[in-house]
Amino acid sequence: MKKLSARRRHPLAALVVLFCALAATGGLYAAFAPAEKAQADSSQSLAIEEGKRLYAVGCATCHALNGQGTSVGPSLIGVGSAAVDFQVGTGRMPAQQPGAQIPRKKRIYSQTQIDQIAAYIASLGPGPSIPTKDQYSPDGADIANGGQLFRTNCAQCHNASGKGGALSNGKFAPTLDGIPPKYIYEAMLTGPQNMPSFPDSVMPPKEKKDIVAYLNKIDTSSSPSEGGLELGGLGPVSEGLFGWIFGLGAMIAVAVWVAARTTKARKS
Amino acid sequence: MSTASHATNDATARRGKAPAGERVADWADGRLGIYSLAKANMRKIFPDHWSFMLGEVALYSFMIIILTGVYLTLFFHPSMQDVTYSGPYVPLQGIRMSEAYASTMNISFEVRGGLLIRQIHHWAAIVFIAAMLVHMMRVFFTGAFRKPREINWLFGFLLLVLGMFTGFTGYSLPDDLLSGTGVRFMEGAILSMPIVGTYLSMFLFGGEFPGHDFVARFYTIHILLLPGIMAGLLVAHLILVFYHKHTQFPGAGRTEKNVVGMPLLPVYMAKAGGFFFLVFGVIAAMAALASINPIWEYGPYRPDQVSTGAQPDWYMGFSEGLIRAMPGWEINFLGHTLQLGVFLPLMIFPLVLAAIAVYPFIESWVTGDTREHHILDRPRNHPVRTGVGTAWIAWYMVLLLGGGNDIVATHFHLSINAVTWFVRIGFFVLPLLTFIATKRICLGLQRRDKDKVLHGRETGVIKRLPHGEFIEVHEPLSQEKLYTLTQHEQPKPIEVGPEVDENGVQRKIGTMTKVRAKLSQGFYGEGSQIPKPTAEEHVEITSGHGHH
Amino acid sequence: MSSQPGSHEDMSEEKFPERAHKHEGTVAVAESPFADPGLPPHEPRRQDIDERAAKRSERTVALLFTVSMLATIGFIASYVIFPIDKIVYIFPFGHVSALNFALGLTLGLALFCIGAGAVHWARTLMSDEEMPSERHPIEAEPEVKAQVLADFKQGAKESQLGRRKLIRNTMFGALAMVPLSGLVLLRDLGPLPENKLRHTAWRNGLQLINMNTNQPLRPEDIQVGSLTFAQPQGFSEGDPNYQSELAKAALMLVRLHPQDIKDKRELDWSHDGIVAFSKICTHVGCPISLYEQQTHHVLCPCHQSTFDLSDGGRVIFGPAGHALPQLQIGVNAQGNLEALGDFTEPVGPSFWERG
Repeated sequence: MKKLSARRRHPLAALVVLFCALAATGGLYAAFAPAEKAQADSSQSLAIEEGKRLYAVGCATCHALNGQGTSVGPSLIGVGSAAVDFQVGTGRMPAQQPGAQIPRKKRIYSQTQIDQIAAYIASLGPGPSIPTKDQYSPDGADIANGGQLFRTNCAQCHNASGKGGALSNGKFAPTLDGIPPKYIYEAMLTGPQNMPSFPDSVMPPKEKKDIVAYLNKIDTSSSPSEGGLELGGLGPVSEGLFGWIFGLGAMIAVAVWVAARTTKARKS
Repeated sequence: MSTASHATNDATARRGKAPAGERVADWADGRLGIYSLAKANMRKIFPDHWSFMLGEVALYSFMIIILTGVYLTLFFHPSMQDVTYSGPYVPLQGIRMSEAYASTMNISFEVRGGLLIRQIHHWAAIVFIAAMLVHMMRVFFTGAFRKPREINWLFGFLLLVLGMFTGFTGYSLPDDLLSGTGVRFMEGAILSMPIVGTYLSMFLFGGEFPGHDFVARFYTIHILLLPGIMAGLLVAHLILVFYHKHTQFPGAGRTEKNVVGMPLLPVYMAKAGGFFFLVFGVIAAMAALASINPIWEYGPYRPDQVSTGAQPDWYMGFSEGLIRAMPGWEINFLGHTLQLGVFLPLMIFPLVLAAIAVYPFIESWVTGDTREHHILDRPRNHPVRTGVGTAWIAWYMVLLLGGGNDIVATHFHLSINAVTWFVRIGFFVLPLLTFIATKRICLGLQRRDKDKVLHGRETGVIKRLPHGEFIEVHEPLSQEKLYTLTQHEQPKPIEVGPEVDENGVQRKIGTMTKVRAKLSQGFYGEGSQIPKPTAEEHVEITSGHGHH
Repeated sequence: MSSQPGSHEDMSEEKFPERAHKHEGTVAVAESPFADPGLPPHEPRRQDIDERAAKRSERTVALLFTVSMLATIGFIASYVIFPIDKIVYIFPFGHVSALNFALGLTLGLALFCIGAGAVHWARTLMSDEEMPSERHPIEAEPEVKAQVLADFKQGAKESQLGRRKLIRNTMFGALAMVPLSGLVLLRDLGPLPENKLRHTAWRNGLQLINMNTNQPLRPEDIQVGSLTFAQPQGFSEGDPNYQSELAKAALMLVRLHPQDIKDKRELDWSHDGIVAFSKICTHVGCPISLYEQQTHHVLCPCHQSTFDLSDGGRVIFGPAGHALPQLQIGVNAQGNLEALGDFTEPVGPSFWERG
């Protein structure tokens, strides 16, 4: 949190980052390799060591030194690497302040560092691991089935076209517009914050892939909006506002012109 | 008699030479009497003002809706038959849906121009009801509802209400996830009605919700029953506008006995006819540029699915606000349940509308005025009426806000619970505050008018007098302006009279009489109007100015 | 345009009429400073006195009508040229259908130009002289009224309606009764409610089928913090009454730590912390499933009724009148989750007979 950003300007910071980057070059392969095999790998244990150090600096204040959690941050034992990749990767963690909902913001760790922290957290207890590209890539998925699943499981909070919506007491389901498929997949897998999880036991990976593919089809910056301006995808509220402001506004502007007096020829 | 017969012969003699148009008109006149009709109406005078055209916007939107609606019926299948989608829209291929939804998809993705017509139809509906409401507000604030136009006010009001329900039945037809949620709400609302609720629901849906019938039934209501009634009311509304002749704003030469403006032929033929095309053009452009009700994004209706942000179209929004703001309240007694959490808002819903509809009758009862009124009021000269109108708007707006409380919450980073509480309190408090504020503003404007009449317009020119004093030059108003600012009447409140007559006998005064006198005092008492300047005051002050 | 000779700058001053002196000869002025000065005299527009200006207006109107014709041709061309599935990017509207965009704009332009032409014509070339027209009171003259009343009395008397009470009463009776036929005919619009709203498809022993996979759910599938939806075994999308049955039977499953469950009955009806609640809101029947896994609240997206799933589905906010019904569940011999009966109370919105 604040501490980390303060230390970023430390004279040794560059050195630390350099060291991290060097460690990561080796660690990157390990992160993508299957977990069991990786545990024996020495570069993986190096990543865990590095992750533990980063964790101690950036995360331990709220989640306690060994990830067992405190009154302000939940236990991270068994949340798996997917949770870390989602929370830190989308900038939600480290949080600025504890609260009912930690919003997305600019992320402050590099992917390498995130992988190291993830490796450390994964080493605390078994949990869902970061999905492989093959798992969340929209290629070969059933988009229509994804749509059906999305409407059953997701649209109630995130809106039918993924634009987000309100939850109780100031919490909200964020928009899914432009969120990389990996994070969508991880969110379903881990259930971040108040979102319920959809573990593989009740929503198999194939179905998650379908949902990701559906969102990729309808909710990106290049998704078509056949009828014209999407108006935020919010439905009748924004349509009503548009109708009043631009529709009726234009009508009144035209009416003023129709009824206005034509300029008189007058000596000035 | 001889001259008459001579004239007839003359006409017969000319008949062969008459232009074709005249001969057609002659033919029609012999059967329809069009000449007498045209005599009264062809050069009918209409006054010019932009706010008089709001009703035209509504009229033309209605015509556009009918035109595009007829086109849509050529392709729409009002059936709830279960089909599997196999059209070009990939994210729905292989999904089961009703035929109604599938045919709407067909209109949007396979009929060329179908999407455009759908969007014109829906945008026109949005504009139609907005225009009706604004038109109604114009009539309200200018007092155009007064005798002889009370019945036309009611016709207009009925059109507004019917328009709302025609809209509701219309957007429910595609059977998409959003509209289906609205229909589900309607089922819940019907179920909340004591005694008859379950029966009405079973009869409306042909069994349990959603059943297989409601789309076909709504279709008949949407395309035949309601528009038929509306068309009738609309014609009656227009006939009355013609019959009463239009109201006009006060001004030089405009009296209760005349109407000043330009003739129907040619000026209003061109202006009103042209305005139809302008309105149609604007709506077509809206349909080209902005998406409305993209049903493919919502998906087909299934009673176990829902999308957040489930709102009705804007004109139903205030009823949605009522429902959302109402706290839960359910009474169980003698084996029965009264679901007041739904039933009470359902009953308040017509009351909100009726509150504005009955106002003209309350006002005419309070004032006891039985004269015809054709000169419009300036809203400031009737602070109580204007206050009631703005209070109603505030009431309506706070409910509309409540109907979109989730969108408000997410977009202004508020808690949805806080927004709901704001609506709950605002429902009672805001109209009151708005009334008070509006009344004060009106009185302030009346004072300013009085100042302007007596002291002239502030020119912003500063003059230094020989003895060093600085004064701002006030320019006297023109005669027209003076007349416009002072022509209005200032009614005196009704007095109940003494409780005891001159013989010391107690007079019987009914409660209604007392209420009426109280209200009259509120409408026209000292606190509700600033005495307008008199000619004597004006003479005194203007002559006084000369001494400067 | 302005450089051309004949534009308004160099119009000779003489063509302008003197600004009319107002209120000339109006007697009222002398009487009161607030008297109605009467209609101001008509002032001509430039087009009324300058034929060149009028010509310019004429050309503008003709141009607008011509643009409309071109736009209509554009409309037809767009209809033929653009394939219906062509998507183009147009700033700031996004990736829109080329056909819809082109058709709408050309149609809009064609219509708007007709209107603009007609209005410009009316505003600049047709007479803009305001004239008064008399109003006549709407109420009839007393003689007319008297005549009508007399006629009515005569007619009423001739009908003998007032005198022959038997005719009158039976006629009113007949007229009052005949609409009943119409009312009776509406009876077959739908069945009677009977017990339909009291029962759902859930029965003792029916397995809970995962809405996503169509497979029976097992207790170990459901983790703490997850959200799962289920329907009764034997449901199929093709069934004629699928929608109506699903509208009552839709179920949501969450797992709580048994120590978090505050309501005793809820705990009894759960299986190992797994609780099954109706997905249908008790307010007006929206599918309620905005589950917040940390607070165990579910929110209804339609009207914001909020229920506490850790406390027997109790209402904690919003317009719902009673708690969310819970379904008692257990595990069958195959280790799958099953219902231990139907809901013990009607699901969904309240109704009069609910009790």
